[in-house]
Amino acid sequence: MNSGGRPTRPVAAGSNPPQTVSGSKALNQVQKLIFEIGTPRRTGVDLPEPKGTESRLGSMERKGDIGLPGLSEPETLRHYIRLSQKNYAIDLGVYPLGSCTMKHNPRLNEKMARLQGLADVHPLQPESTVQGALELIHELAHWITTLTGMPTVAMSPKAGAHGELCGMMAIRARLDADGESKRRRVLVPESAHGTNPATAVRCGFSVDEIPGTDQGCIHMETLREKLVHGDDIAGIMLTNPNTCGLFERDVIEIADLIHKTGGYFYCDGANFNALVGRVRPGDLGIDAMHLNLHKTFSTPHGGGGPGSGPTVLSEALKDYAPVPFVVKDGESYRLIEDADNRSFGRMCAFHGQMGMFIRALTYMMSHGADGLKQATEDAVLNANYIQASLSDVMTPAFGGLCMHEALFDDRFLRDTGIETLDFAKAMIDEGYHPMTMYFPMVVHGAMLIEPTESESREELDRFITSMRSLAERAGSGDVENFKAAPIHAPLRRLDETRAARNPILRWKPPDEPPKAAKQA
Amino acid sequence: MRYLPLNENDRRAMLDVVGVGSIDDLFDDVPESVRLKGLVDLPRHQSEQAVERYVSALSDKSISASSVPFFCGAGAYKHHIPATVDHLIQRSEFLTAYTPYQPEISQGTLQALFEFQTQVALLTGMEVANASMYDGSTACAEAVIMATRAARDKRRRAVLAPGLHPYYAAATQTLVQTLDIDINERDTRMGRDAHVIDHIDDDTACVVVQSPNFFGEIIDLRPICEVAHARGALLIAVFTEPVALGALMSPGEQGADIVVGEGQGLGVGLNFGGPHIGLFACRQRLVRQMPGRICGETVDANGERGFVLTLSTREQHIRREKATSNICTNSGLCCMAFTIHMTLLGDTGLKRLAALNHETACALADEIDAINGAKVLNDSFFNEFTVRLNTSAAGVVEVLASKNILGGVPVSRLTPGRNEDLLLVCATEIVSRDDMRVFGAALEETLS
Repeated sequence: MNSGGRPTRPVAAGSNPPQTVSGSKALNQVQKLIFEIGTPRRTGVDLPEPKGTESRLGSMERKGDIGLPGLSEPETLRHYIRLSQKNYAIDLGVYPLGSCTMKHNPRLNEKMARLQGLADVHPLQPESTVQGALELIHELAHWITTLTGMPTVAMSPKAGAHGELCGMMAIRARLDADGESKRRRVLVPESAHGTNPATAVRCGFSVDEIPGTDQGCIHMETLREKLVHGDDIAGIMLTNPNTCGLFERDVIEIADLIHKTGGYFYCDGANFNALVGRVRPGDLGIDAMHLNLHKTFSTPHGGGGPGSGPTVLSEALKDYAPVPFVVKDGESYRLIEDADNRSFGRMCAFHGQMGMFIRALTYMMSHGADGLKQATEDAVLNANYIQASLSDVMTPAFGGLCMHEALFDDRFLRDTGIETLDFAKAMIDEGYHPMTMYFPMVVHGAMLIEPTESESREELDRFITSMRSLAERAGSGDVENFKAAPIHAPLRRLDETRAARNPILRWKPPDEPPKAAKQA
Repeated sequence: MRYLPLNENDRRAMLDVVGVGSIDDLFDDVPESVRLKGLVDLPRHQSEQAVERYVSALSDKSISASSVPFFCGAGAYKHHIPATVDHLIQRSEFLTAYTPYQPEISQGTLQALFEFQTQVALLTGMEVANASMYDGSTACAEAVIMATRAARDKRRRAVLAPGLHPYYAAATQTLVQTLDIDINERDTRMGRDAHVIDHIDDDTACVVVQSPNFFGEIIDLRPICEVAHARGALLIAVFTEPVALGALMSPGEQGADIVVGEGQGLGVGLNFGGPHIGLFACRQRLVRQMPGRICGETVDANGERGFVLTLSTREQHIRREKATSNICTNSGLCCMAFTIHMTLLGDTGLKRLAALNHETACALADEIDAINGAKVLNDSFFNEFTVRLNTSAAGVVEVLASKNILGGVPVSRLTPGRNEDLLLVCATEIVSRDDMRVFGAALEETLS
């Protein structure tokens, strides 16, 4: 999930400390672009001189420079280390991005993902030479199907949105196979992640939005009405717990209604971390659900990927799963790479995100059945602890308990002149990454806080103290400082509007002097 | 459990603050009938040492590329990755950061992405590039969809060349089948790419041509571009080996409109097929049709240069059902690996690396061509070529594997029932003279 959605435009610079000659500020070092410091002749690798054999490139050789700057090894290290120090990270502090699930990333996962027999194997080596790798995929699939209570899992989707495509394509393939091609409407709650409607349209469906109740759950009356004339309905895409951080209480009835009308139930698994070990989605009547291994099972987010989106499928859909998949055949493992008649095809070149599979299995085995359940409970407890500790100074969007994330709206900022965005930027100065904001869109000025199970009570208490202080300062009319925030970050508020209006998407060499000047 | 900081006292005290009696009360909204009573049927938690032992045992059951003479390519390439690359991408600030939606505290990732986009644009000869896709095959599918969008949906055909990687063709077919985009009937075949022009008509939105193609043959895109452009279609150039672009005229220079490919060969390991990194570049005029995240330059409140994710009005989190793509997460950390490796290489290093690859492959081609029962079919190639054998390539590869040689990829594995005598052989800079001799001798023995 993102926390963008609203371009920022700085409104106030506020006070600035004195400038340094270098432009650096102690640990915050100025670092130019590689194009401004490197040269095409410099290099950080030692390679032998080519012998100059006759080329067989079919007269398509590259002529002239590419224009790529090189740096020596020490310069390269310094460049990226300096850049790294301008990034926030889970390893630095609380990263309460609701719906994104920024939890601890154990380093054992990284170590295992670098074992030669798993990392340094080619996807098209003979099966006999990759038995360990295939066994690992098979074992992870077993953990996933057991935790979800589903008969099968397609492992190849490369991220959550790719998994959504997988599930919806399986639904479409089944409908077409049953001669139900008129079913092209998909119901999506207004509170859904943007990927859900985008995926539905990408699969050739139309989107029909369902409003929520003032309690944050799906509006059952509207749903029932839509299903009365439901013979064009392909299914529903529902996140559970939903993006308001609430368990959809009517989920079993929803599944039942959708199935009776002839449609299928796609569950967005982005929030599965609130259920692991306590509820199996299979028991709720779902037909397909992707998992975000990078959220729920802690393969790192890596600054925006890679993700991994294995997708579980019900009995009704499992024959339509994409290739490839791993099967156990006696004592050995085989890779089925060719689509039979019913498989809807192939989603990517090879077998999925093996590097993420290794990390996820390592994480799951470390926790075990007991630890995974405990992690779920701690995540839900932490979120409720934050909600309870802030509800007198901020405004929870809905009454009652939450699941793994606490949703606030901006009523507590009403008439202060301060907006959710300003509040978020002020959190940066307090040393925190902001929560998800302006999402879900059904709540005004939404602030969605997901602490995860990785935070200690002491860390949560520090966070709560900061949040309370910010809420009180906002209430006391400290507009100027909120509008100026952040002031302690490596950069002040950035002009996103300017970036979009006049896109500069790559470095270009400084303009040549005008021709007239050259001639002169 | 070592990853969970709360203890029983914490939990008790926190439940009191929340105002409930037990953890079960927090799950009150879950219908009674679906609450799990005990633990799921999986092993309990294990020590770091125990897990390491288990996973290491699995690792030991496979033959790794570094441990034997290795000649596999076909879309994934083994290169030496400088130690600096893996060290830097394990920095917490890169590894454990989210997508850089809060630019004030994400300049590290954002500046690296801006540099990455520029490197990709330079390498492909295009004007702009995005911040990556999942892999080359999904980038290829997205490019086809983008081309029909650029034609305002008035053109509904995509023509895929016979030399396109069969898995790229299959993924593209699968990922566009729900969108009423018509893909030509095709077989994966060698030596037929130039004839792709015969299939271009007025309903053609794009022509997709790979170079070097699946068989390793280098394709001159210029005449194909000419015909495509004359008929109003876009040329999508595909590559699976980024190192090749260090030696070859860029697709942009040849007239391509969109260039997509696999970037794994630079900085990213084989990983048994994933994660890899999809590269995506295009002409400036097409940028608003481009899928995926894009980083752009701007200034902060003090006028200092900074970077942000931009043009997000194309994306699903803003546009929802009207988005250019449903892609959200991309290959972030693989971008870091790619861009760091590229920075270490620079122009000089990349060209030299490419030259070494080509030389090694030329030497191996000569070695194999001299063997009875093996014939190199390529007129041109970079670091990979196709060999016709006097017997089944799959059988030969199995025999070689039993001798601890990973001797290439049988074409029939990707084109079932066809091309059974064809073997794809790749030689990068990691292949030594000794490796070649061992391979040559074993191949000769197997074929005789």
